[in-house]
Amino acid sequence: MKRGAASQLRNSAAAVGYFVIPVAIVLFSPWWLLLAIVAGVAALLALTRAGRQMLSVTRIGISTIPQRLGASSVVVVGIAGVVAVLVALLAMAQGFQQTLRETGNDETAIVMRAGSQTELNSVLDHDTAVLVSQASQVMHGPRGQPIASPELVVVASLPKKATGLDANVELRGVGERAWDLRPNVQITVGRKFRPGLRELIAGKDAQRQFAGIEPGSTVKLNEQVWTVVGGFDSGDSHNSELWGDTDIIGSAYRRGSSTSSVTVRLTTPEAFDAFKAALQADKRVQVDVSTTRSYYNAQSDTISTIIRILGTVVGAIMAIGAVFGALNSMYAAVATRTREIATLRAIGFRGTPVVVSVMIETLLLALLGGAIGAGLAWAIFDNYTASTLGSNFSQVVFAFRVTPELLWDGLKWALTIGLVGGLFPALRAARQPVTAGLREL
Amino acid sequence: MKYLHLIWAALLRRKARTVFTILSVLTAFLLFGLLDTVRTAFNNVGGNVSGADRLVTVSKISFTMALPMSLNTRIQAVPGVAAVSYANWFGGQYQDGRDFFPSQAVAKNFFDLYPEWQMPAAQRKAFRDTRTGAVVGENLAKRMGWKIGDKIPLQATIFPQKGGSNTWVFDLVGIYHVSNPEQRGNENNFWFNYDYFDEARQFGQGSVGRYAIKLTDPKQATAVEQAIDALSADSDHETKTETEQAFTAALVGQFADIGLIVGSIMGAVFFTLVLLTGNTMAQAVRERIPELAVLKTIGFSRRSVLTLVLAEAVLLLAIGASIGLFLAGIAAAAVQTQIGTQLVLPPVGATEWLRGLALAAVIGIIVGFLPARRGMRLRIVDALSGR
Repeated sequence: MKRGAASQLRNSAAAVGYFVIPVAIVLFSPWWLLLAIVAGVAALLALTRAGRQMLSVTRIGISTIPQRLGASSVVVVGIAGVVAVLVALLAMAQGFQQTLRETGNDETAIVMRAGSQTELNSVLDHDTAVLVSQASQVMHGPRGQPIASPELVVVASLPKKATGLDANVELRGVGERAWDLRPNVQITVGRKFRPGLRELIAGKDAQRQFAGIEPGSTVKLNEQVWTVVGGFDSGDSHNSELWGDTDIIGSAYRRGSSTSSVTVRLTTPEAFDAFKAALQADKRVQVDVSTTRSYYNAQSDTISTIIRILGTVVGAIMAIGAVFGALNSMYAAVATRTREIATLRAIGFRGTPVVVSVMIETLLLALLGGAIGAGLAWAIFDNYTASTLGSNFSQVVFAFRVTPELLWDGLKWALTIGLVGGLFPALRAARQPVTAGLREL
Repeated sequence: MKYLHLIWAALLRRKARTVFTILSVLTAFLLFGLLDTVRTAFNNVGGNVSGADRLVTVSKISFTMALPMSLNTRIQAVPGVAAVSYANWFGGQYQDGRDFFPSQAVAKNFFDLYPEWQMPAAQRKAFRDTRTGAVVGENLAKRMGWKIGDKIPLQATIFPQKGGSNTWVFDLVGIYHVSNPEQRGNENNFWFNYDYFDEARQFGQGSVGRYAIKLTDPKQATAVEQAIDALSADSDHETKTETEQAFTAALVGQFADIGLIVGSIMGAVFFTLVLLTGNTMAQAVRERIPELAVLKTIGFSRRSVLTLVLAEAVLLLAIGASIGLFLAGIAAAAVQTQIGTQLVLPPVGATEWLRGLALAAVIGIIVGFLPARRGMRLRIVDALSGR
């Protein structure tokens, strides 16, 4: 009795070892290693005698799938569900992160008041803004002015098109050099706002999301009427903003001559360290200096991490459910094929080809499920736009990005579920006593 | 009920299959329970589901704009207003800032508007009397290891002190408790004396972020809202007044459509679940056709065969759902310790159980129906002869 228990324990320990290693390989190995493994297995199947045996047993197994379509579709649909949810949530995190990351680069630097973290919190007085733009590391335009934009970030409340409810939109006052600073900003409709006038231009995503900011319409802010004179596309998170003249927005929001930040174009990316050191050594100003790349990266981290964790946890729980579904179906498949498998064993096939054939069958079903799930996620959610509150307390619009890496991740999850769900039924199939199997009705 | 042992025997017929099915039902309901608490938690951010008798007045342009202090006495004079208080967002950081909690400067009478936050009278008085006094919720105090009398330094992100220093030091004089678990999100706040804040901040003196108003009668809410907004109509600081509930709901709605995301995931999960258990039930009935025929032979009616199979499906789902919801409760508590105080997950309570079990019953009937009908319609002769 005791010995039986011990050997059972050893058996199950071995079984755990059998799949922990492959699962680790599938989940963590790079694509080329997996490809090499697949190629190796394929070569083994095609070239060796045992391999050809496995192949023919697999073919028999697969040819019986139409007879148990219900059970097989459980494996496929279960895995498709897991992969679709996982890929969709990760695509959301990816989209948010990429939208913000593309906003920053190494050639421009942003200066804010020390300790303020976001532009909305920051206040710089006029003298500081002037000092910053006069730093020697700031690039100069053709007419000799420094390419620096003193900017003011405030929030306006406008009705959303989808819900009709008020939501926050970021209103950014920019300086005259903003166009040299961000050459990627293209006016798509209308024209640029004129400095000194109550004119606004609206980013592409802001226009799509908020009502009443089409070019030509007027917006009332603080009892003042502003005219929207154009629309722009920057290809990054500025698309969620409204832009106007810093000084005029400052007076409308009673900010006097203060600004939120100064963004400058550096002579070279390497000049950043000197720029930062110079400003921090200057006793007249108390500022934080960062490249726009590191500033916008930091803005995206919290939210994208939360979504990633949520996606992985939900995906993992669903995956466990799908494993049980697969186990159920594959045990049933093995049970209905008991006689057939016993016959194979009786005429001389060994256990290994049987194990391999059940495994290959499950993995193929899993792969199909993974492909369907990833395909659904891609078809429905690639470029699906959503918005959330960004760190400036206003809406940031972003598009889901279903990248090839995410699709690949989804397939890896599918294969893992197939591996775990197929292994035990495969072992059972091989261990069934031949005589009992043959007698089974 | 008297056939319970029969249903039970049917479930135990193939133990492995029943166990695996229950396990996958269980994971689906574990997700259901978890996601539902997350959804409720988001709906309760700020936690003021009871705030129908309180109004919030903020700037019409956006609530990040300040309002003049002079409105305080004018709002107080509006008929239907029982009490007015005010608050200003501070947004301070504690230590490295990784453990964020909201911090706000509030008027001395602020806590009088929130009788549901329980705090000893001596501590309420201490907050009124201490210039650098601060009050926090029990949850936050526990998490940070604070006790009454501690000095707590916060780093300003918006408001430096007059000398340019970003460090503000407060004395903890009160800790409050919120007994309603659904409103416990309010225990994550840090409140401190507005007078000290206004005196010492570098700029913005004499302005506040929002007014909190207590109504004499919640039914008058709309009239009072309009009267308050009329005070500043056509001025350069127009206001927008709404119930605390509406204000919080609008704020949360801006984060994301949590309902849509959660709903889509649940849809995917339950679609898979229906398919999976449906297939299991079909299999189970197919294997037992001769047995069902025997039951019919010995006199079981068509109806009772139908009921037997349906009951089996519902029982299977109910067992899985119960264990799943039970585990969801444990998991939610575990997740809570991980995410800290930023979002308070309410316990998996009676509503989740009720909704979960109802869902289990519905799914059970859906997946059980086809196999059950098959069992009901089978002809004894055909079934016994294996045709």
